[in-house]
Amino acid sequence: MSLFKLKEFPGTGNFRHGIHPPDNKALSQGSKVEVMEVPESVTLPLLQHLGVPCKQVVKPGQTVRYGEMIGEGQAFVSASLHSPIAGKVKRVNVVTLPNGRHLPAITIQADGDQIPPQKLWDEMRSKNWPRDCISIYDPLTIVKIIHDSGIVGLGGAAFPTHVKVTPNDTRMIDTLMINGCECEPYLTCDYRLMKEAARAIVTGALLTGRAVSAREIVICVEDNKPDAVKKLKEATEQTVIKIAVLKTKYPQGSEKQLIKSVLGLEIPLGGLPSDVGVAMSNVGTMATVARGVIKEAPLTHRVISVSGRGIKTPKNLFVPIGISLGEVIKFCGGITRDAARIIAGGPMMGFSFSDLSAPVTKGTSGLTVLTHDEISQGEETPCIRCGRCVDACPMNLVPTRLALAARYNNPSIASQYHIHACFECGCCSYVCPAKINLVQLIRTGKTLVAAWASR
Amino acid sequence: MNPPDWTDENAALIHVAPSPHINDASARTQKMMTDVILALLPVIILSIYLFKFYVVKQLFICIITCMGAEFLFVKMRGKTLTLKDCSAVVTGIILALSLPGSAPWFVGVLASVVAIGIGKIIFGGLGMNIFNPAMVGRAFVMIAFAQLMGAASYENVTGLVDAVSGATPLSALKFNGLSTGTASLFWGTTNGSLGETSTAACLLGGLFLVFRKTASWQIPAGILLSVALIAGITDIAGSHSGFALVHHLFGGALMFGAFFIATDPVTSPLTPRGKWIFGLGTGFLIMIIRLFSGYPEGVMFAVLMMNAVTPLINRWTTPQPMGEA
Repeated sequence: MSLFKLKEFPGTGNFRHGIHPPDNKALSQGSKVEVMEVPESVTLPLLQHLGVPCKQVVKPGQTVRYGEMIGEGQAFVSASLHSPIAGKVKRVNVVTLPNGRHLPAITIQADGDQIPPQKLWDEMRSKNWPRDCISIYDPLTIVKIIHDSGIVGLGGAAFPTHVKVTPNDTRMIDTLMINGCECEPYLTCDYRLMKEAARAIVTGALLTGRAVSAREIVICVEDNKPDAVKKLKEATEQTVIKIAVLKTKYPQGSEKQLIKSVLGLEIPLGGLPSDVGVAMSNVGTMATVARGVIKEAPLTHRVISVSGRGIKTPKNLFVPIGISLGEVIKFCGGITRDAARIIAGGPMMGFSFSDLSAPVTKGTSGLTVLTHDEISQGEETPCIRCGRCVDACPMNLVPTRLALAARYNNPSIASQYHIHACFECGCCSYVCPAKINLVQLIRTGKTLVAAWASR
Repeated sequence: MNPPDWTDENAALIHVAPSPHINDASARTQKMMTDVILALLPVIILSIYLFKFYVVKQLFICIITCMGAEFLFVKMRGKTLTLKDCSAVVTGIILALSLPGSAPWFVGVLASVVAIGIGKIIFGGLGMNIFNPAMVGRAFVMIAFAQLMGAASYENVTGLVDAVSGATPLSALKFNGLSTGTASLFWGTTNGSLGETSTAACLLGGLFLVFRKTASWQIPAGILLSVALIAGITDIAGSHSGFALVHHLFGGALMFGAFFIATDPVTSPLTPRGKWIFGLGTGFLIMIIRLFSGYPEGVMFAVLMMNAVTPLINRWTTPQPMGEA
């Protein structure tokens, strides 16, 4: 029950609980997107998301062109892979991604004439993206192009987009929501994309809206990005697209919370946005859809942000998928002496890693390099049941109960308290005065419950 | 963290750890404990003004014994000492402030040993106990030394102003039908346990704790609401010439208990709704004991009884996760 409402939308513009970490966006938000030159080689994992790895369709020694398909999607929940450079296939080896997964990956060495990446970025930023005559594109054709272009969600989970937009008679889509919230601290890649390439986002949104036959298209942005909102408003003039400006709070950009904020709907536990008639996609994904349909080019590049006080020069970069994270860090001047953790993603849910040869994948939103002063402080002390974690959890769970059930080997309590509803946002660990890493305990708890449930 | 000898002096020392990688550095358990000590300062200062050496003596005895007991018992368990989290100090202060000034030294010592040993350590230490440790200690000496802790012992003090050595307001009201002026009740110039007399001092400290989010607001709100309701009904029913509400709200250990004793996070419910139930239940029990039992004051037993049902309240008020039908 709330006294507030979001103008034009059924929701209140807010969701329960959550936290307000300092956003630290000032470090990189002022840097215009810079284009990195074509690297010497790129390494492309055959699986960059949930689902089935794609099948390699090139052989070592084979010459490939820019945009040539090197991996073919094998199942419905699978995405194709395309080469971001012209070159020769060197080998297939195993890489370890920051999330710990070991995956086969194709390495391509740059060879021959390259399309200048600056041209690709300039194309993205141009004002020429169409806003009318979207109806010349047939919905199923749009879905097919999305599939063939290897497009996955660029928001982080990298879920294959064609799965989200394939029409389904049992789950009709009413509202297409475009996620420009970027609620993680430090990250600014979506912000810069909205500021510099709003027209591409809008075209992609209109195309995707047509593919799912959505009644409404809404772009959602947090209120700490007023100039991005301004650019989006200009870009959406005379279109049906609405813009929802939401209270800045973590995790506003999480799909369950965002749908609640804007539409007032709750996705059933274990369900998907399509259960409440919503399809949600990141702004970066939308720009990539536009490129795929209008320019007939596959997903080969993305914008990432590199920030934190542990990196010498924070920047926003336009990079090819597959460039090594070490090269990206070097381009930003390297890490500082007091750097403590290098994180792929944001500081709340990102993965810290040490292997700098790992590549940028389709779901890499950026790097956050934190110093010893910026990372979590404090040694663990006993839980005093203060309840702050309960007050912070956006899913309305009882994190202390879940974490201590995990620690003391009690899978039935963990299951009873809905441990699987936790999406590991990190709010509970953030606020805990006893400095217990509740999220890590909950992660082990989920494994405990899975083992117990299958015995 | 010092880099090992073989690294380049200019190299950074990177490590990996699970997310989240940031936290609220200003939230610390120790800070919550020191908040409580700070919040108790107005109460302590006023108490020293009213009760002079009596309160200094009890504070000294209880704090030292609580810390000593924790040291001893933790060592006996073979665990690492955690005295620096200040929880033993807080227990000592609250225990001392809940005693009558005239209690002999062994009352304070025994109460402290029982509070820490049986109230806390035996359950597994900080965070594991079911009952409020200070109240466990006090309940033990209340029953073991009934004469030294009963209503008469409050009048057993020498060297203090008349107002502060007469009958306590609640026992005067209950046993002799005498009322005390509202101003005295509010500012605290009456007799009573060392920390309970001044509503003003307790409110000051208590509101500070609520503002800092060290104490929840739902528990004191629930207690004051239910006490006001029942005392108000008593007034309307006409048995105390209309003074019941003021006496029950401002007199006795109510304010002290509502803000400093009942709000102990370990022994009270986790969720906001649970805290309301706890507060309302505690207030209700306080009034039942005050009106219908042989005791003039009911805070201690009410809190202990509500502590006992806290696990049940937690189970009843498990929040519904988002998306559950």
